[in-house]
Amino acid sequence: MQAKAILLGAALALAAAGGAAAQQPVRIGMITTLSGPGGYLGQDIRDAFRLAIDMEGGKLGGAPVELIVEDDGLKPGQGKQIAERMLKSDGVKLFTGIVFSNVAGAVVPDVVDAGALYVSPNAGPSNLAGKECHKNYFVVSWQNDSLHESAGQNATNLGYKRAFILAPNYQAGKDALAGFKRFFKGEIAGEVYTRLDQTDFAAEMAQIRAANPDVVFQFHPGGLGIAFLRQYQQAGLLEKVPMVLAAPSLDHVTLAAVGDAAVGINVTAHWNADFDNEANRKFMAAWTKAYNRPATYYASQGYDTALAVASALKATGGKPDADAMRAALLKADFASTRGAFKFGPNQHPVQDWYALKVEKGADGKPALVTKGKVLTGHGDFYAAQCKL
Amino acid sequence: MTLVLEQLLNGVQYGVMLFLLAAGLTLIFGIMGVINLAHGSLYMVGAYAAAVVAAKTGSLWLALPAGLAAAAAVGMAMELVVLRRLYDRDHLDQVLATFALILIFNQAVTILAGRQPLFVAAPAALNGSIEIVAGLTYPIYRLAVIAVGLVVAIGLYLLVNRTRAGMLVRAGATHRDMVRALGVDIRLLYTAVFGLGALLAGLAGVMAGPLLAVQVGMGEQILIMTFVVVVIGGVGSIRGAFFGALVVGVVDTLLRAFLPGLLRQVMSGPEADALGAGLSSMGVYLLMAIVLLIRPKGLFPAHA
Amino acid sequence: MPDAPQRSFAALAGVAALMAALIALPFLAKWAGQPALIPLASRILIYAIAAASLNLALGYGGMVSFGHAAFFGLGGYVVGVLYQAYVGDARVFGLFPGTNQLLVTLPLAMLVSGALALAIGALSLRTAGVQFIMITLAFAQMLFYLFVSLKAYGGDDGLIVRRRNVLFDLDARDDATFYFFCLAAATLVFVALWRIVVSRFGLILGGLRQNETRMEAIGVAPYRYKLAAFVLSGMGAGLAGALMANLLRFVSPDMLHWTKSGELMIMVILGGVGTLFGPLLGAAAFIALETFLTAWTEHWQLALGPILLVVVLFTRGGLHALLARLSGRRS
Repeated sequence: MQAKAILLGAALALAAAGGAAAQQPVRIGMITTLSGPGGYLGQDIRDAFRLAIDMEGGKLGGAPVELIVEDDGLKPGQGKQIAERMLKSDGVKLFTGIVFSNVAGAVVPDVVDAGALYVSPNAGPSNLAGKECHKNYFVVSWQNDSLHESAGQNATNLGYKRAFILAPNYQAGKDALAGFKRFFKGEIAGEVYTRLDQTDFAAEMAQIRAANPDVVFQFHPGGLGIAFLRQYQQAGLLEKVPMVLAAPSLDHVTLAAVGDAAVGINVTAHWNADFDNEANRKFMAAWTKAYNRPATYYASQGYDTALAVASALKATGGKPDADAMRAALLKADFASTRGAFKFGPNQHPVQDWYALKVEKGADGKPALVTKGKVLTGHGDFYAAQCKL
Repeated sequence: MTLVLEQLLNGVQYGVMLFLLAAGLTLIFGIMGVINLAHGSLYMVGAYAAAVVAAKTGSLWLALPAGLAAAAAVGMAMELVVLRRLYDRDHLDQVLATFALILIFNQAVTILAGRQPLFVAAPAALNGSIEIVAGLTYPIYRLAVIAVGLVVAIGLYLLVNRTRAGMLVRAGATHRDMVRALGVDIRLLYTAVFGLGALLAGLAGVMAGPLLAVQVGMGEQILIMTFVVVVIGGVGSIRGAFFGALVVGVVDTLLRAFLPGLLRQVMSGPEADALGAGLSSMGVYLLMAIVLLIRPKGLFPAHA
Repeated sequence: MPDAPQRSFAALAGVAALMAALIALPFLAKWAGQPALIPLASRILIYAIAAASLNLALGYGGMVSFGHAAFFGLGGYVVGVLYQAYVGDARVFGLFPGTNQLLVTLPLAMLVSGALALAIGALSLRTAGVQFIMITLAFAQMLFYLFVSLKAYGGDDGLIVRRRNVLFDLDARDDATFYFFCLAAATLVFVALWRIVVSRFGLILGGLRQNETRMEAIGVAPYRYKLAAFVLSGMGAGLAGALMANLLRFVSPDMLHWTKSGELMIMVILGGVGTLFGPLLGAAAFIALETFLTAWTEHWQLALGPILLVVVLFTRGGLHALLARLSGRRS
């Protein structure tokens, strides 16, 4: 009788130990934009992040994870509310997903002040990169300005002397023009701020024609960019004035929507589908198999973010402890789809920027083709103001 | 000088697009007394239907009727199922109901067509640009849009002023109850007017395809401007919608084009550009406020 | 009415029960392990203040304002700008120092929003009907574009208010503390609205809504009464905006956009136009639906749309009427 009881007790203890060994999954809160015109950006980030989890069989860095996705509807208040619920009710300690700077500006301070980690797959606004940088805040994508700095460098490298520059009249737009001018050595033939809800650019086309510049640089993400490029072609400017763009103005989705009107345009980016490294080949093959649509750089960032998180989880043995995770993340010990990658002093990327050009592919469809490096090991302008 | 002329043309082209949307909205508002926030959704439906048909069949000449038919059908269905129940209700109930419709349409289109903006090519014959006068080249497609808009305006004018149906429409706009009392099948008239308004919104959507981005939310972007046109022109008045649209289109375009330049004469470049962009965005709203303060019923009130 | 005392007793009991439930809410939320419900409830109370204020103009005064985001957002910016000056040790417009004291920022927000409402109302009330809707929208949009292009206040990215305002030394950083602050503000606003509605002023306002000509005939000057109601309404929205800036610790032009005006209007209509507690019901239903539906499915709009549609088509008078009918059937 007694022996039986002891056996039973041992069995129970074993079962309990076994239960503890099968870890609780690490919860990752993804707040992203899925509705409205910017919805495809968030969709690509989410799908790529999920792809990385699926490729590891429901795990990241050997630790089982649970991805909780919610749509912020591009409303800062909504994003904040979601973050609050995830932090307080769901016990999420690790956040990612935000697409737009204004949502990040509202959500990130809350998350990091609560002791949780935020790893950005896209938005990298200047107001969080300098003085307001935080030890719990990592950016895997880029600092906003460096997108446009690389375009400015590219325009300089291509030998253009007079540039006409345009961007929407909001903070990211102003940062874009400032970033471009920081690295463009020529003269500015005209500087125009468009309206954030503007879809007709006829008036701007006429101004460009009147100014007759060597090159046009414009920053119009998503649908705005599609409208701008089509109207640029219809106005007959595409043959006359070449264009230099940063990645957000012409991604693989907008390229498909613009079609031939994009051929010949110069783009700078930190990633392209044709990058020939092992991580990227693996990513592209898995993406095409899973989703069968063109991968955007947003997708590559979502995937890289998942890899970064995986590297940290692997180092901490699957514990989402903020201090240990932070130390592990800082090493950036993962094979990025972009090739060389490390974090700078403000935990924003230090990476290479490449010149791409839109050319007609073998299938007759325009495609982004990598041409060469524009900037090597490029950090950002605000890192110096960050005291970490 | 050619720059001013070109910007005027741009303003007219923008105005024509606004007119196509405003004409339907003003009729629906004037005759049925319905504030239809979902009018922009019909524009989106037209654009999406055309884009999808063009992608599937490769024919733009099939895409045009498809876009028109889809918008008109969805518009009439909307009238039959939802709005018909709201004619004798408060404006506020209509606002809530049509807001709900916007949510439904946006999400339905997201599910059916995906989140990626769609590609629509302009017909090959309308690609490129031509020189209208010396030194002024202008996109052919935009000229075509202006032409279509003017033809529709003339057609609507004839329809409203020269036909029996038009007489009913006019009478309905000014003396709704009298028309009903005379035994006209007002329900049929309402559905027909709604279908016509939806058709025009669909036409605007189809034509916007090659110019703008076909994407979810495109309707709301233009909806508010359309309401501005309707109110400036005078509620219920086709003529008002036409002139209101042209005024709004031209004023908006000219401010955008020339205000920063003017400001740059008196202040430094970047500040002038930013301030100019802000001021020119406000310009149309300022115009509307001034018009309403001077002529509270708009420029061409239907009930004059 | 013979049963008037009984009915008012029932109403009193209902309000008391509601208050008790609202006071107990943070404790219940903590007990149930759902502390995130507390800021959600704060958000609902704040929107209820804004919607109830809008309802004074829209429901009681018959002035359909599509521009209340202007007052809401401006109230928020008052908090943001004062905070920016406070932490930066700068002077607002070079005139006076910033502050983070709630007892300064909230009244100031109401004052500034009230002044804006006075200006907008004075001009807009020369029109009526759909023209009034559009002219209020126009003024609000002008303010929206102004703040989008003001780089000093963050432009489109807005202002971060890193720490909530304080009440003397009481830190509102704790969600429950801030919730009780919102509850106190909401109670004051609702009591004030109730007093206004039953006062002579409120009766005249109602009379003006129903028949302006008749009221003019008995010697009432409509313009002044309507303007006064519009200003009060704007002040309430400004208070809500200031509280929202504290709750979110963030202000952006998003708060000034016409979609925010639309949302407030939707809350009033959903709850019940021209009823005291309708806006509270509407705000609670709208925010709760939005929150839980987004958590449930990414296609939340496809669920929210039909729900709103059913309410408007079948309740006639919003949730308030629905509740009244249900409770009437029961008794």
